[in-house]
Amino acid sequence: MSVLAAPVASSRRVDRLGVLIALVAILGAILPFALFRANRIVPGEGGGIAAALPPAEAALLGLALLCFLAAAVLRVPAAVKLAAGAALLALACLLVGRSAGFLTPPGNSFARVAPGSGFWTLSFAALLLAADALVRLRLPPLGRVAVLVLALALLGLLLWSGAWDGLSLLKEYGTRTERFWAEGRRHVALAFGSVAAACLLGLPLGLLCHRVGRLRAGVLSVLNILQTVPSIALFGLLIGPLAWVAANVPGARALGISGIGAAPAFVALVGYSLLPIVSNTVVGLAGVSRSVVEAARGMGMRRSQRLFRVELPLAAPVVLTGIRIVLVQNIGIATVAALIGGGGFGVFVFQGVGQTAMDLVLLGAAPTVLLAFTAAVLLDAAVEALSGSNRRKAER
Amino acid sequence: MIRVENLTKRYGDSPPVVDDLSMEVAAGEICAVVGTSGSGKTTLLRMINRLVEPSAGRVLIAGENTRGLRGHELRRRIGYVIQGHGLFPHWSVAQNIGTVPRLLGWKPAEIKARVDELLGLFGMEPAAFRDRRPAELSGGQQQRVGVARALAARPDLLLMDEPFGALDPVIRGRAQDELAAVQARLGTTIMLVTHDMEEAVRLGHRIAVMDGGRLLQCASPAEMMARPATPFVEALVGGAERPFRLLSLERVEAAVEAGEADGPPIDAEASLRDALSACLWSGRDALPVEREGRRIGRVTLAALRHRAAPGGAGRAA
Amino acid sequence: MRLLGAAWRIALLLGLGVFLARPDLFAPIFAPLTRFDAPAIYDGTSLLSLTLNHLALTFAATLAASALALGLAVLVTRPAGAEFLPFSRALANAGQTFPPVAVLALTVPLLGFGAAPTFLALFLYGLLPVFENALAGLSGVSPGVSEAARGSGMTGLQRLRLVELPLAAPVILAGIRLSAIVSLGTATVGSTVAAKTLGEVVIAGLLSGNTAFVLQGGLIVAALAILINDAFLWVEGRLRARLAS
Repeated sequence: MSVLAAPVASSRRVDRLGVLIALVAILGAILPFALFRANRIVPGEGGGIAAALPPAEAALLGLALLCFLAAAVLRVPAAVKLAAGAALLALACLLVGRSAGFLTPPGNSFARVAPGSGFWTLSFAALLLAADALVRLRLPPLGRVAVLVLALALLGLLLWSGAWDGLSLLKEYGTRTERFWAEGRRHVALAFGSVAAACLLGLPLGLLCHRVGRLRAGVLSVLNILQTVPSIALFGLLIGPLAWVAANVPGARALGISGIGAAPAFVALVGYSLLPIVSNTVVGLAGVSRSVVEAARGMGMRRSQRLFRVELPLAAPVVLTGIRIVLVQNIGIATVAALIGGGGFGVFVFQGVGQTAMDLVLLGAAPTVLLAFTAAVLLDAAVEALSGSNRRKAER
Repeated sequence: MIRVENLTKRYGDSPPVVDDLSMEVAAGEICAVVGTSGSGKTTLLRMINRLVEPSAGRVLIAGENTRGLRGHELRRRIGYVIQGHGLFPHWSVAQNIGTVPRLLGWKPAEIKARVDELLGLFGMEPAAFRDRRPAELSGGQQQRVGVARALAARPDLLLMDEPFGALDPVIRGRAQDELAAVQARLGTTIMLVTHDMEEAVRLGHRIAVMDGGRLLQCASPAEMMARPATPFVEALVGGAERPFRLLSLERVEAAVEAGEADGPPIDAEASLRDALSACLWSGRDALPVEREGRRIGRVTLAALRHRAAPGGAGRAA
Repeated sequence: MRLLGAAWRIALLLGLGVFLARPDLFAPIFAPLTRFDAPAIYDGTSLLSLTLNHLALTFAATLAASALALGLAVLVTRPAGAEFLPFSRALANAGQTFPPVAVLALTVPLLGFGAAPTFLALFLYGLLPVFENALAGLSGVSPGVSEAARGSGMTGLQRLRLVELPLAAPVILAGIRLSAIVSLGTATVGSTVAAKTLGEVVIAGLLSGNTAFVLQGGLIVAALAILINDAFLWVEGRLRARLAS
């Protein structure tokens, strides 16, 4: 607190964004750090940092918080800010696991300890500072991927080490480990599979729209309308036709097609993916400069050679941007598939909502967000690397 | 009219963009500021209407220190024209021209009258152009509307930053003549930044040459060609082109002498450069000179040769 | 072509209106989709009131989200807020990776069940498209035009009001359109946390295996989405035409 109260001679030495982040962190320090509940569905009671942790560890977290506030508010190098953010995040994560052992009476297996709003706010502040520092460091694509891999490895280590085993989230996980991984595979298959299928359909369709001008407006407006139909409604609407297919087309049932379940969800996800992929393919191909195509013709390339050696590589960053949008979007929408029996992490979300068990909701939501975020960072890096290499080639 | 004293602009620790520059432009004069890119000429211009705040020094307009005014109030009193016109695409021609009067709170009727007056001044039929959008105009028309907008609130001072840079050569020449005519009529003081020496000689009553943030020389075109202050200025005013540029500054009437000559006559209003060209092309040593159809004498090759050299007669530098 | 497009939209609007006013007229159409003599038309709550509720929730959330996102975008494009720009962009980008359902489910503990968590989720999720587009629109004003605006002696506020916002309007409106369409869809999912929206009809159908319910809920939302999308596109087109011609 003293950091904020100290009068600062020149506003140049204060990082205004840092002040905002520091305020968020202070809010996090005031809100309950951990929630204790007598069983998994009753409302919890919160405890601040001092109440939720043994004195020594609470003091350690307090000290880390002070360092964090200083690093946030003052104009220090971005690497220092990154270190401060990462350190507070790591410490908060470790200690929230410790609070579970501290708060749970020995031998009580019904009691649940969950991270409280204070923990989330504090982590959010730490992530904000780290993210701001990463933005300022302007890492190259490969560097960003390295940071992501490192962060994921640390998260994996935290979970594997058992430091969080006392927390309610992992207790929920512990009682449905197999189901978790099965739904996870389902989710990944739905999201990635639908994007792959949409690419197989959408890229040729985009190419066709690029070549045949008359098709373009029609195809794009139909896909546009498809895009506006809400996911839940589209899932529902596909139940009827697919049930009919399953009943009347020989062999369809053997392929796993049925009215409810994964099939309508998969078809709907493919439908949603088509618009961004097709339109980005069209835009990307249209963006290849005429002179480049003319030069390729002039050098005697055949139509297919021009397409594969010149036009597609140059359009690739834009096409990939479309795929990124679709992948992130489908990872999110795939949660809704659970409503029609399509499985995926949404199963836990909707179960959790039904039972008002927020830990269960989190068990479904957290991996989904993590998956979407990872996909976004990886594909962003790929887009940047690709457009960067195009530019470098152009400069040669 | 405008007086710049020890004006300096520096960004951080790098060398100053404009370095301790002092100059003066008299009322009713066109001063062309010439320099290569990076010479600081645009920064100088932008410090005068305080789009850029000076690091040191001051600017006096009609004796008044511009520091005492708020930036946007100062800019409403100074016309400003930029390369590529910068017209507001969502406004009609009339709305564009009326921008500053509206900011100043003129009455709508006054604004409308002023817009029509300016359109007329630039040879654009008000009824036909008033309601068009900038995108519906040709490049030359857009440029004229840009200048008309800058003149709308009757500023005493007009700043122009490469105003004709986006135009093709033919239209550029016409736009330059038009600007010279409008300026002669309104008596507006103009400071014009350009990298084109031809344009500076054509329009400037005085030329200021800048390099590396410093003012190398500020003089009339004739003096600058006759006595360049530094090798850089000499290179800029163009070694081989110099005699022709000198000739282009004066009209035939300045070199008329009594006597007869054969062949088609030349108009007294034409430039000496045109006269030289006619002599060389038709292989004559002298041309008859006419004014409004009446013969008033002749101009000789010898006189032209004399005037094409530095310190030529009649040019008290 | 254009006449045909307008005609089928008017037909869609009329059809929707009649269906909402007198759903019983359409019972024979939906009856074959039901089993075991289940009702053909959802009768838990009137379809009209659900639709109005759905629209009101979407409208309120989109309005609030647009106002805040536009304000933020204006703030970070001013000189005073410029240092927040790269960060806010990264934050908005990361925020996009949160699935709407997760946002919805996780706001329940804060606000309980019903319209409140749905409103919050719609609001939070609606911020991003408007913010992104407003940012693109405001920073996309050509340098020549903003230089001319400054040179004419406009104050910062006048530049924003007279030049930047009008020029960015079509792009901002496209963002609001995206936000509204996403909200419309997410409001459907809001029924899983007991919000009174059209999702109630779909979910009732899914739970009781009554395809007729799923179909009518889905069709109403789809029709609303198409009509709202088109209305926005029409206004956007008008705005763009004003800027271009």
